[in-house]
Amino acid sequence: MKPNHIVIGAWFVLGALAGIPWAANAATAAAQTRYVQECSACHIAYPPKMLPAESWKHLLGGLNQHFGNDASLDAATTREISDWLMAHGGGFRNDRERPPEDRITRSAWFVRQHGEIRPTVWRRAAVHGPSNCAACHREASDGHFSEDDVHIPK
Amino acid sequence: MSSMSKRITFHLALVLCGALIGMQARADSGAEQLSRYESQIGRSGQPEQGRLFFISKHGGEWSCASCHTENPKAEGKHARTDHVLDPMAPSMNPKRFTNAAKTEKWFKRSCNDVLSRECTPEEKADVLAWLITQ
Repeated sequence: MKPNHIVIGAWFVLGALAGIPWAANAATAAAQTRYVQECSACHIAYPPKMLPAESWKHLLGGLNQHFGNDASLDAATTREISDWLMAHGGGFRNDRERPPEDRITRSAWFVRQHGEIRPTVWRRAAVHGPSNCAACHREASDGHFSEDDVHIPK
Repeated sequence: MSSMSKRITFHLALVLCGALIGMQARADSGAEQLSRYESQIGRSGQPEQGRLFFISKHGGEWSCASCHTENPKAEGKHARTDHVLDPMAPSMNPKRFTNAAKTEKWFKRSCNDVLSRECTPEEKADVLAWLITQ
């Protein structure tokens, strides 16, 4: 092999190696886009860290019976979103335990954080229950849940 | 084969590939989706049948109209989540029925929610025939 062939070969290998993380990042970004696109057709795309990976796994495994509705997706899309959620799920407020029924709203941290909200407030038409984050957290769909942005509708 | 005719063949193949990709990317429409259901079932979609299907409860808790309202030109609201639903009629919402996979995805989900089963091609043809003429 001539020396310049070795140089070309080396560049090629280097380029291919550099491409691996790039391709992985692109796949991750595509999965995130798909997650937001599919799930926010019905509700906000809840931040993945709000449920442990194990909960996401069960939810994505039973989309045909998703809290009383059929939310099924084709197998490839389900797998793509499931893998992404599994990789990014969990760890919110150091709470790693699966909440009852895999409901974010029944996580220990959620119950703790919303302890001062009276049941009548949840029942207000403009609030429509604890799963409707954006009713009070006005920037919820952007992933912001700061207490400063809370506005509870009457 | 001479090198000239090889080159022409190559260019023709390129054009053909481009045309095939273009056909895939071309937006679908409600009328085209309806005609595919119609050729499957061997009859025309019946708009009035579709309307009756849409507003009936079929023995369950919900009808299609429970969330979409009985007026396809109006916005709906999901009966459980309160999520606002864009109008079903393409005359009000041009994005409706421009993607066959999306149409199938939502027929499957909504039919399961309303009828506890998937809809037949006949039912889909009738509903589509009604919605696209509103």
